[in-house]
Amino acid sequence: MNPIIIEARNIVTSFGENLIHDNISCSVREHEIYALLGGSGSGKSTLLREMILLGKPSSGTIRIFGKDIANLSLSEAQELRQKWGVLFQSGALYSSLTVGENIALLYDEYTNLPPKLIRELIKLKIDLVGLPQHAIHLYPSQLSGGMVKRASLARALALDPKLLFLDEPTSGLDPLSSRQFDTLIQQLRDLLGLTIVMVTHDLDTIRHIVDRFTLLGEKKVIAQGTLDEVLAIDHPIIDYFFQKEMHGIKS
Amino acid sequence: MQSPSPATLEIVNGASKTVFKCSGAWTLNHLRKIALTLEAYPATSSITWDITNVTELDSAGVALWHLYYRTFSKEGFASEIIGNKEEYLQLYNLLYPHPQEDTATPKRPNWLYKLGKEAYLSLQGMGVFLKFLGEAFTVLLYSLRHPRIIRYRSIGSHIITAGFDALPIIAISAFLIGVVVAFQSIVQLQKFGADILIVDMIGISLTRELAPLITAIVIAGRSGSAFTAQIGAMKMTQEIDAMKTMGFHPHLFLVWPRVIALMIVLPLLIFFADLVGIFGGMVIASTQSHLSYTEFINRLQGALPIKHFIIGIIKGPFFAILIALTGTYRGFQVSANTESIGRFTTKSVVNAIFLVIACDAIFSILLTELKI
Repeated sequence: MNPIIIEARNIVTSFGENLIHDNISCSVREHEIYALLGGSGSGKSTLLREMILLGKPSSGTIRIFGKDIANLSLSEAQELRQKWGVLFQSGALYSSLTVGENIALLYDEYTNLPPKLIRELIKLKIDLVGLPQHAIHLYPSQLSGGMVKRASLARALALDPKLLFLDEPTSGLDPLSSRQFDTLIQQLRDLLGLTIVMVTHDLDTIRHIVDRFTLLGEKKVIAQGTLDEVLAIDHPIIDYFFQKEMHGIKS
Repeated sequence: MQSPSPATLEIVNGASKTVFKCSGAWTLNHLRKIALTLEAYPATSSITWDITNVTELDSAGVALWHLYYRTFSKEGFASEIIGNKEEYLQLYNLLYPHPQEDTATPKRPNWLYKLGKEAYLSLQGMGVFLKFLGEAFTVLLYSLRHPRIIRYRSIGSHIITAGFDALPIIAISAFLIGVVVAFQSIVQLQKFGADILIVDMIGISLTRELAPLITAIVIAGRSGSAFTAQIGAMKMTQEIDAMKTMGFHPHLFLVWPRVIALMIVLPLLIFFADLVGIFGGMVIASTQSHLSYTEFINRLQGALPIKHFIIGIIKGPFFAILIALTGTYRGFQVSANTESIGRFTTKSVVNAIFLVIACDAIFSILLTELKI
């Protein structure tokens, strides 16, 4: 078994009176594609945000690369942030910069490589995510939805992170692009040795590339494990989440 | 994680070929020196890259190799690799799946091109503005014939936010202007023993010029920018498109309520600024020159013909139209990116203030020619 990269233990989150997570635990192993599932409002995105230091749980601990992320010094947090890449649902590319500049920003800020090599790296990342080379000089507002996702992925991969967080990577893409994106993510995991944590609703993604997942519901963990393991459990939320669409999958 | 040994490159020159002995971690943070060495290296023969001792390789390492492999082969020197590992080869194939063609970066245009483009764009901008005005007035005429569709409630709410809420800042600005004018004039007038003329000075300059101008500038900064930002944000979130599809004409719902509200409110604010400004002058006159409030007011009645006051008030609706139309027009120009909202808000305020001053100058010239 691969070592554990992310471990969330007994997470409780509440916004005022509103309880989001009630004692949630999960762990992600190295080289795994791990998904956080659940209906709208089940707190999966909140859990993801807590993992990437954008939010704090009310109680409980999250350990990433063995470090408790609640008690990081400023420099430790910076170091950690360079080890992961994040793909936001809407892309979140900086709209005043071109795609190339969006990626270059990270190299300029965090490495001392000469400009020529940075240009080569940008071309390479653009190619890697399947964007045409001329996209480097385009602004985010000139890109289609699928291209924004790819450009944003290229930016997330800029510093060769070991850990990649994806927030609904295939939402807003057509089915074919979604499958291509899945394949790309899987390839990246296999060849770059990434560990991937994603929030998704896409049942095809879950079926094809996700290794293990956590299904959240009613503020708690409903089920955890591989797809087969979870489908074997009898629970109304599992039925609701998988049943209708999964007819074809079970057979 | 153990700290990896830094990347090194040893160049061994042979008779017919050069060997690059590579070792260590060829990763993002260790490659600067090597990149600089390779950049400065003048290739003279074919090159063998010995990567047996490379302990770690990431995309930066691959990119570096590929960059100089291409550079050298363009100069006519072949490269070969010895000691490659299966994982490195896989990584390379992932990153460079097909032969890459060099895409030229787009050329930077020269100054003449830029100048022409700017000129063309500003000409085009004028056309767009005229179109905006035309559309606005078409809607206005239509709504005048169908007064039931006018958004009275919206006009009311803008009167409160653009007018009533602006009272404190207008009061402070006008009071200070009154104080400043009084201070400066008194020093000069006292030299001639003509202290009493301070009343004429303050009365006429404030009501005719200063109060309208200060009020308009404050409102341009306060409401003009708000109009642009509000409409711009709606444009970005496609709310304006949604309005159009539902048949809510944006000019009727967004532009005219703001223009009309400002036209109603600005003359009133100017009147308010007149009062507060003159009061400011009065305070200074009484402390600096011992001119009592009653004396001041008595003198003011004789010294300030009503026409100056009326001219000042009449400027209000004109300034209001300029400020509100520029503000809303710039709002509609906001495009999909977040930066443009700031750019157009700035433009809106700068344009509005300029137009107000220009309009004031035209008033001055016209009225002087007409001897009013």
